[in-house]
This record gives sequence, C-alpha cells and structure tokens, in this order.
Amino acid sequence: MGTGFRGRRIAATLAVIALAATACTGGGSSAGGPGGKGGGALPRNETLYTTGTQWGPPANYNPLHNWDHATGTKGLVYETLFHFDPNEGKLTPWLAESGSWTGDKTYELKLRPGITWSDGKPLTAKDVAYSYGLGKIEASSFHTLWSWLSDAKAVDATTVRFTFEQARYQEWDYTLYGQPVVPEHIWSKRSEKEILDGVNDKPVGSGAYTLKSHTQDRVVWQRRDDWWGVKALSMKPAPRYIVDVSNPSNEVVIGQLGQGQLDLSNNFLPGASSLIKSKKVVSYYDKPPYMLSANTAWLVPNTTRKPMNDAAFRRALADSVDVGKIVKGVYGELVKPADPTGLLPQWNQFVDQDLVAREGFAFDTAKAKQTLADAGYKDTDGDGLVENKDGSKISLKLAVPTGWTDWMEAAKVIASSAKAAGIGITTEFPDANALNEQRSKGNFDLVVNNERQLSNTPWTYYEYMFQLPVQKQQNTVNFGRYENKEAWKLVQELGGVRTDDTEGMKKVISRIQEIQLKEMPVIPLWYNGLWAQSTTGSWTNWPSDAAGAPKYAPALWRNWLEMGGFEALTQLKPAK
Amino acid sequence: MRRYFARKLLIYALTFVVAVTVNWMIPRFMPGDPVAAMVARARVSQPEAVDAMRAYYNNLFGFDEPVWQQYLHFWGALLQGDFGLSIWVFPKPVADVLLDALPYTLGLMIPAVLLSWFVGNWAGALAARRKVLDNTVLPAGYLLTAMPYMWIAVILAWALGSKAGWFPISGGYSLDIQPNWSVDFAVDLLQHWVLPFLSLFLVALGGWAIGMRNMIIYELESDYSSYLSALGAPQRLIRRYAFRNAVLPQITGLALQLGVLVAGALVTEIVFAYPGLGSLILAAIQNQDFFLLQGAFLFIVIGVLIANFLIDIVYVVVDPRTRTGMAGGQS
Repeated sequence: MGTGFRGRRIAATLAVIALAATACTGGGSSAGGPGGKGGGALPRNETLYTTGTQWGPPANYNPLHNWDHATGTKGLVYETLFHFDPNEGKLTPWLAESGSWTGDKTYELKLRPGITWSDGKPLTAKDVAYSYGLGKIEASSFHTLWSWLSDAKAVDATTVRFTFEQARYQEWDYTLYGQPVVPEHIWSKRSEKEILDGVNDKPVGSGAYTLKSHTQDRVVWQRRDDWWGVKALSMKPAPRYIVDVSNPSNEVVIGQLGQGQLDLSNNFLPGASSLIKSKKVVSYYDKPPYMLSANTAWLVPNTTRKPMNDAAFRRALADSVDVGKIVKGVYGELVKPADPTGLLPQWNQFVDQDLVAREGFAFDTAKAKQTLADAGYKDTDGDGLVENKDGSKISLKLAVPTGWTDWMEAAKVIASSAKAAGIGITTEFPDANALNEQRSKGNFDLVVNNERQLSNTPWTYYEYMFQLPVQKQQNTVNFGRYENKEAWKLVQELGGVRTDDTEGMKKVISRIQEIQLKEMPVIPLWYNGLWAQSTTGSWTNWPSDAAGAPKYAPALWRNWLEMGGFEALTQLKPAK
Repeated sequence: MRRYFARKLLIYALTFVVAVTVNWMIPRFMPGDPVAAMVARARVSQPEAVDAMRAYYNNLFGFDEPVWQQYLHFWGALLQGDFGLSIWVFPKPVADVLLDALPYTLGLMIPAVLLSWFVGNWAGALAARRKVLDNTVLPAGYLLTAMPYMWIAVILAWALGSKAGWFPISGGYSLDIQPNWSVDFAVDLLQHWVLPFLSLFLVALGGWAIGMRNMIIYELESDYSSYLSALGAPQRLIRRYAFRNAVLPQITGLALQLGVLVAGALVTEIVFAYPGLGSLILAAIQNQDFFLLQGAFLFIVIGVLIANFLIDIVYVVVDPRTRTGMAGGQS
C-alpha cells in the first residue's frame, strides 16, 4: 500500500479498514424507528428491499448516464415531463401539466406550478429548456435529438416552446417521457466533462426520493415528504426507504425471497413458476404466463451472408422454430409465444389481423421443408440437411451469451427444430461482451436479441428492424444489416404520423407489416416477461390482474419507473 | 546485512517494474475494445453520435496518445496512487473501487491463512509424535486438503446456513443494516464472515498439518537427530531442533500463501457473494473492465512483493544459514 498513495487515500483506507468498507454519504444518521434493530438498521415496516436491476456496485447518480446509473436515479430522484401508461397507451402528464402541437413544427409545453427541487429552489421552464439543451453537447448520448429539434426556449416561468427542424411525432413522445429534467442552477456551473460523466453523488432532483446512502452492494433512497406530487397528483410512495441491492446470484436471491428479506426481485429466476405456485412469491398473473410482457426476443439472421440473404430461406427458418417447446420446456410457461409480427400484446391494435392470417407464419416443419424445396434448396449429399443453391453446405452458428441459461436452452431447441426441417444449425455460447462485439461488426450467422422494450409506439420496433444506413458498427438496431429502402422510408413516414392519429398509424404499420412478413428480416420468437416476483411479508397490494388490485407494471428497470413502476410504489401497503 | 537487503530490494524493484509493464501491456494488446463496449452500452446508434462519443471516451481514457506516452502517463499516475477510471463502475476511480473491497478480502484471508498455518503446524507436529493422533490427523488432513474450495463452501453453506440456520450464506452484512459503529453491526459483520472464513481455513489446515508432520518425521530421521540421541540428549531437545528445521519450508509456503491472498479468496467470495477483491476480479473480467483488472493485479503483485519481503526479514531471524551468508560476505 505504501506506493505513494495520497494522504486522502491513506485516511480513507484507514477509515475503511477500521470497520468494513462503507461509503456513508448520508452522514451516518440512523433511523431506529419501530421495528428497527437500532444502530443503523432501517425500520423493516417502512423499507422496501428490491433487486434485479443492478449487477455491480452503484456506479453513478448521473441521469444522463442512462445505461449505468444507479437504479432509481431516473424515476426516484430525477423526473421526466410525462409518464407513459402502457394500459391506456397514453402519455400521462407528470412534471408537465399539458403539452400540445401549436403548429406543424412547434410544440408548447405547460409545466405544473409550484414544483421545487430537493434544495428548495423552484423548478421552472428554464430548467426544462436547459436539460433538453444538454443534448447539443456532441458526446452526449441524446445528441441525435438535435438533428431534428432546432430550439427549446422558456417563454415564461411555466411555458417551454420547442421548435423542430423535422417533426418526428412518435419519437418526440418517446423523448418526453424518457428525458430527465435537471436543475440548471446546479448543472450550469459544471464543466462539460462533469455533466456527461460526473458521478453526481449528491443528486438534487425534483423526485419523491433523495439519496440517503450507498455502499458497495446497495443504494438507499429516502422519501421526500415535501415532494410536489403529494399535492398535485395526490400520490405518495408508500416506502419511506427503498434499498436496491445489487444482484449477487439467482440462488442467493431465491434464498432471500424465501426468508422475506427481499420484497421485489426484478430479475429472471429459473423456476419462478414453482415459487409462484407454492405461494412463496406473488406475480402479476397467478397462472401462465405469470408476468406482463416487456419485450420481444428475436432470432436475428445476418442478411449479408448466404443463405440468410434470401427471404424464402428466412421464412422457412421462421416456420421451422418450435416456439411452443421453448415456452413450455425452457421457461415453464413464464413467457408467451410472440405474434408473427412480433408486436407486444400492449400493441395488439396495431396488428393487421387479416394480413397475419394471410401471410403470418407458425411452427410447421412440413411447410418449412416445402418452402425450402420451392426456393431451390435441395439435399444433394443425402445427410438430411439442405445445401445452398450452389451446392455448398449450410452450417450456421447460432450464438447466445454464455451463462444466460434460458437462452442457451432455447438456442438448442431452435437448432434441433431447424434440423428437423433440414436446416443445419449448431449453437455456440461465447462470452456476452465478445458476442456484442461480433454482433455489432456483423461477424455472426444467427443471434437471439431482445434489445427493444415496450414503448409508447411500435415505431421503436420498426426502427430496430429497418434502420438505414447500415454502418461499420451496428450498436443497437438492425444487427442483421437488412437493407430495404422502401421499408425504412415507411418507418420514417410512421415517425411523422401524430401519436393521436391511431388510424393513420395503423395504415402505415400495415404496409410495413406486409414487407416484414414477406421478408422476415428478424424472426419473432417469444415475449420476455417483465420479471417481477414479490413477497408479501412486509408489503402487500402488489400489482396483479386480480379485481381491485393495481394494474401498474411493478418494475424498477431502466425507463420502467416512468411506465408504471413509480405508480406501483404508491399503491403498496405495509403488511399488518 | 545491508548488502543482503540492498540486493533483495533491487530484485524487488526490478520485479515490480516488469510486472507493471506486463500489466500495462496485456489489456492494450489484447483483442477487445473497452470504448466500443462503452458506446454500445450507451445504446447510441446514429453514426455521427457514435463517432463523437468514441472520440470523447478515447480521449478520456487516454487511448488517443502515442503508446510510449500512454506508458509514461501510466507510471506517473500509478506513483500517485491513481489507477485510472473503472469502466464497469464508471466514473469511479479504480483505486476507490478496490479499496472498498480490500478490507473484506484481507479480513477474510489474513486470519484464515495465519490461523490455519499455526493450527496446522501444531497439529502436524503433534501427529509426528503420537501414533494415535497420526492415525486421525493424517487421513483428516488428506481429506481436507483434497477438497475443492468451492465444494466445501457449498457444503458449509448448505449445512450451517440453509439447514441449521446458524449463519447467513451471502453478502458482507445484512440487507437491513447500514454500516456504522455499533455492536449490532459488528456482530452482523462477524456472522457473515464465519462461513467464508471456515471454508478457507479448513482446506488450508489439512495441507499445513500434513506438510509439518512429514517434515518433522524427516528431520527426526536425519543424521543430526540420530547423532544427538546417540549422545544421549533428551528427546525434547531433539524435537525442538527438528521443529526449528522443519518449520523453514513451512514459512516459505506461508509467504507464497500470503502473496496470493487475493486469488485464493476468489472462488470462496463468489460462492458466498462476499464483496471482496475476488468478486471484483470476476466482475472485471465479465465486464471487460481493463482498468479494474489491471488495478486488481497490481494489488496482487504488490501483495506478493510485500509478503516476500516480510518473509525475507523473518528468515534472517529464524534461519542461521541466512545470517552466516551475510556475515561471510560470499554468495
């Protein structure tokens, strides 16, 4: 240790070694209320213990670092202008009182009066304009917003006017409930580097919670009793403290749920269905699929390689996959098979049912074989597997990350059912990071991916399928490098349809689906659940489909606090 | 004396420089791109945004300088105790991440290594004297030392944790307590410490006991023992000499053990989700956090060097041959 550590470090080390690694930022004030152990223990009947979103130490509290900030940074401390209600398919006003398009390219937003930051200063239109303006910084993660937004201006204390270069209505709604608002009087004093990458470990936000303390494996949030929503929304989150614990391992989580130490786990637990059946934990549904649907798992073929560059082959592949076996055998019915369009159940109204009846696919080995034969794929060497049209062997590799046991099993099912139809697929399980790299560079045959979550619009799914141009590195969308100018034009057209114009959306989406079902750029497999297992020893009234129960999504996942996760907290009741 | 230590220190300094250089080289010449991983995690898809972010982070981590400059900067930062920023726990400095975890690992390993050494040597020495004891210590020792750490850890967790419910089976301290200066917290900390400690202690114990027993028996059959007993020296005296000679290799073994403190706890920490360096190393590998991995290895290197140095000093005290070597000025 004596290699010239700075004095600060030595002091820190001593303090740390003296009694366990702690980084008490809460000043060590302890709340030994009723039911507490005293001495720094939080009162059990006022504390909610959650896990399943954090896989390592809480890294930072910077809401602009949306991919790795501590769970709850956005949602509990920093808030967005709107929330999105998946049940209604509508934005609900949050910091904003209302917002409307006053012209084709201007959007005017009214803030609620009387909102204050946790340091007591008022939240005004200037804060909103400033927060959205941060996207102008080139290295910021939402810099692309400013390629179609041209100005965000505070007209008066509660009015913000946004002027657009190009009105992307669908994407704009998505931004309205996604982009956090930060206090200008604090952030404007910071350097660009600190804004983008600062730890921000004393976050001042407008939300219902403040940061109480954090250690290596947990974050403790404390409720603000002067939060504006108590009056304006008549909402009050029930737990005084929320402790989010980083996930050690599934076994440990199951043990902690069993002992009632954890209240909510938002991770996939193998065998969750048996825990639910034996009444150890509760979930949204008490029968299959037990969970709400959160995203779609897709089989993504690399369309730059043959034979995946042939739509007929991709359709045959889609027909060959025995999804039912995955749903039952691998997941114990914790997930639902996907619609042929891949659209989540919440978007059911946008599925063109006639089209699906005509063009949709379903597991059918015979049909897959027929499609292959019709397209000219023959088994020339008699090994039971078809060859490419030029006679070369087809032997594809399906890669899923090692350690993702459910996906590994699913991949095996896909490979064996494809084999039954005469398509040669073998599985491989590389390390997740290596796989990400191969995927973004286009060095793969087939992968399974579920990058895109439920959102306010299916547009996010279509961007995922068709986005052009294809670049050297495809980071989040169109991993299969599928190029179809017509489809991408339609997706952009959909982006320009107003979000309240459901009929207009349906029209464009139907045309997109026609291309999608014929071309199968990606193959929808199943809907991953919004994993949420809760215990009722300390908190009750968890969301469920039972009569009278709240219908929110009980999740603290990134961006889900704005989609019902926070509202679910307000409905909890302490167990008697 | 001074020459002996000067030479030792020079060797250590050289070792350190080489170790640090290799440590610096590995991530930089390994396949994989931490910045690309970072940008991918940020879920940015538009090309101009990706390029801007890449440039920014390349600059932040200093990847945009010539290699020799990177190397010199690395040394400069290192001597100030700055190991760079972690990628996995961005933007926390690596040194802070490691220092948060260090007390747990040291608190687990130092008692486990030292206690198992003392107890093991004592048991082994006794076993060498008494047939009855030998018949129990030897098989038990072989059994323990042959057990894989993780297996004994899982067995302990199941038996004393899940079944008996005496000890918690995961974490450094309970979910419902916050670190503070109180008896409650200390007790809680201790309860979580018992199982990981036991699993390390038991496995190491067997090895030491067997080693000691065999050495003592070997020494008792050596020429000087036979000569002493022929002279009619009391058995106790002979045994004392034998013990002193037998313990030397054990001390060397201890040095090696102390050196790899961190690595030894890796599996145990993962089984018990104990928040020490072992868990960090695994996480750093899984998340391609080069800087954290580098920092952890440096900690290990420094640990090995310090442990070896301490043992060198101890050797001067316990091994007369080292002392004569110094006085004689040869070798």
